[in-house]
Amino acid sequence: MTAHHTRTHAIDMSSVLRDQKKNTEPNETCIKVENLNLFYGEKQALHNVNMEMPKKKVTAYIGPSGCGKSTLLRCINRMNDLVDCATIDGKILLDNENIYDKSVNVAALRRRVGMVFQKPNPFPKSIFENVAYGLRIQGINDKRILEETVENSLRGAALWDEMKDRLNDNALGISGGQQQRLVIARAIAIEPEVLLLDEPASALDPISTLKIEELINELKEKYTIVIVTHNMQQAARVSDLTAFMFMGELIEMGTTSELFTNPQKKQTEDYITGRYG
Amino acid sequence: MIKAWFKSGTPWVWLNAAAVSACLIMVIGVLGLVIVRGVGHFWPAQVVQFSYQEPGGEIQTIIGEHVDSSVTPAAMAKTTGHIMADDEDTLVQYLVKTGNRDVTGTDFRWILERNVKQQQAPADLMVVERREWGNFYGQLVALKEGGKVIAEGDQAWPATQSKIDDALAVFGQIAHLEKKEVGAINYSLEQLRLEQKKLQLENRWDAPAQQRVAAKKAELEIEYKKYQTQLLELYRNIRKDSLVAKTENGKEIEIPLAKVVRIYQPNTMSLFHKIGHYGVKLVEFLTDDPREANTEGGIFPAIFGTVMMVIMMSIIVTPFGVIAAVYLREYAKQGFITRLIRIAVNNLAGVPSIVYGVFGLGFFVYILGGNIDQLFFPESSPAPVYGTPGLLWASITLALLTLPVVIVSTEEGLARIPSSIREGSLALGATKLETLWLTVLPMASPAMMTGLILAVARAAGEVAPLMLVGVVKLAPTLPLDGNYPFLHLDRKFMHLGFHIYDVGFQSPNVEAARPLVYATSLLLVLVIVGLNLSAIVIRNNLREKYRALEG
Repeated sequence: MTAHHTRTHAIDMSSVLRDQKKNTEPNETCIKVENLNLFYGEKQALHNVNMEMPKKKVTAYIGPSGCGKSTLLRCINRMNDLVDCATIDGKILLDNENIYDKSVNVAALRRRVGMVFQKPNPFPKSIFENVAYGLRIQGINDKRILEETVENSLRGAALWDEMKDRLNDNALGISGGQQQRLVIARAIAIEPEVLLLDEPASALDPISTLKIEELINELKEKYTIVIVTHNMQQAARVSDLTAFMFMGELIEMGTTSELFTNPQKKQTEDYITGRYG
Repeated sequence: MIKAWFKSGTPWVWLNAAAVSACLIMVIGVLGLVIVRGVGHFWPAQVVQFSYQEPGGEIQTIIGEHVDSSVTPAAMAKTTGHIMADDEDTLVQYLVKTGNRDVTGTDFRWILERNVKQQQAPADLMVVERREWGNFYGQLVALKEGGKVIAEGDQAWPATQSKIDDALAVFGQIAHLEKKEVGAINYSLEQLRLEQKKLQLENRWDAPAQQRVAAKKAELEIEYKKYQTQLLELYRNIRKDSLVAKTENGKEIEIPLAKVVRIYQPNTMSLFHKIGHYGVKLVEFLTDDPREANTEGGIFPAIFGTVMMVIMMSIIVTPFGVIAAVYLREYAKQGFITRLIRIAVNNLAGVPSIVYGVFGLGFFVYILGGNIDQLFFPESSPAPVYGTPGLLWASITLALLTLPVVIVSTEEGLARIPSSIREGSLALGATKLETLWLTVLPMASPAMMTGLILAVARAAGEVAPLMLVGVVKLAPTLPLDGNYPFLHLDRKFMHLGFHIYDVGFQSPNVEAARPLVYATSLLLVLVIVGLNLSAIVIRNNLREKYRALEG
């Protein structure tokens, strides 16, 4: 399923990117994190993080629990704004625009940066209404447009065939794996540029996990994807780039094959070989 | 051994079970008493003819319903002045409903069992339910039309029955004309009078206005005349018939059929007839207006008033409570002040309800209502419109009283919505308001309904504050009728709870009213159960629809 595993072993990241540029499409940076520090009250959760995530690639964050990978992910769509005591300093550039600029409309930003959470969280509405939710918020109530979008999104999330006859059923009545794919369908219905996946398969059984991973591979054709995962095999299977974080710091980032086969830092090596956590 | 038994927890299980049983017994006891005493009231009781002879007196006849018996020990009977023979252990007394208040001055009398010489139930004893003076017990003698006897003896009974049916039909027509048609005309005339006064106050009482009002008035007068001739005719019709009946001591009295609700001979009725009679009386109780200082007839206005007031209260309290809870839980900065507000809200639930009544009267009725009258209804002064107790103020006062329950349950409901649902909505680009409106509030709606159920249960049973802000013992008109604007929030209304108090303790005829107290209590319980059940059904539907994520 993954051709990119064997693509390159070069150490220099820029050469990797250049390589990919040759192979696929123009490879520009989508998200750029600059000197990001985040404090929960007094406690610093992120220490001066700098990284770049390329467009239409899958970037995985790995690291032990509490290392700040979810926190970093939630910075990208400003979900941390909901935490009262969180203060953020630094920049995150989305298409060269600082999303923490005062002029940024957070709701509009979140439409561009979709998110899927660890536990499936469908709304207690029908399957149709779940997927149409984002559109309805934008004031789109035309039945034809909604139906079309719902179908396309469910197809995009590989759920259409299972759900097409039960669109009016309550979304809470379907299985956990289906719910998670429904949530992905809901996220892609509003056509974001970036999809943030926060341990999307951690609450699912192996078969559902496999389906989600296949889905991620399909979705990266259209979206820039950032995924947080505890599961290193999963990171290896689905991602193009991997970032290893530890104690709120970005320790190392590189192409996935590079990071897993030839880690530059001792900490990274310890972690991926299982000597830590 | 005992120690082990204590350790096993068995005593506590027994204690809990005992507590539950005690509660159950009390609930069943209350309901049972109310049902037994209230439900029997409409059953046609046997009318008994007693031959009664007081020591040294003559034999007299007493006719009536045997309502109650009391047994007093001899010693106690002696202290109350009864002369007791040595072989008597107890004194047995009967309470007999003898009716005929217009003749004897009382409805009930106590008689001593030992003085009853004979007791029988002759078939020809009849009960006449009258619109005035309570029941009549006696024998039918004759039927008169226009002062002339038209039927006597055996023919009198069937003839009277058919005449009464006619009279009742005419009476129904009269009531309809007086209440509906003439009532509407009176209402329009009053509106015209107010309009005229308003125009005069505003110095716009010019020739065209005068003409217009005069023309309308003339039109209404003509209509009124028309109804009046109709009414005169009907009254003449209904007044010409009367029945002659003999009381227990042989006195003959004449009862105009216009004053008769129904006559029946309970001693000849079959079970089937009695059931029919019971049904008719029950329907009358539920759908009719009260008569005779609320001790007879129905209590429909009280049922209507109670339900209306509860509905108005719900309409007022729900939005207020929900908005307050949403602000407290979702928007207010959690800290010292919000905690203080929460404590205040909780304590508000503990304020005695009469205090709310006083506040309602002082603030809503006098200050708010008085100012509304001054500003908007200067034409009706000195008669107040909103500056007097009424449905609106009663509903608002009760809304205030029940506000804490709604706030607390809504807050709890909001707190129970998983944050993942909110995050899911926000992550799709919804603002906080959209998230609240589209997802959080619908999911919290079962909790709101729970609050409302508690509020309804409390409000429907509340009487004390209502006595100050709008309930009366007899309201001439319902707060909802066919006259524009249909819903009259300024009107006073009747309430089941107050009705119980009024009938049971303020009535001139306590004995007669006692079964009504139970029947009305039962009805109040049923109304509250009904209101609650409908709210519970709605809540369960919502719960099913918005059941939150498991786990």
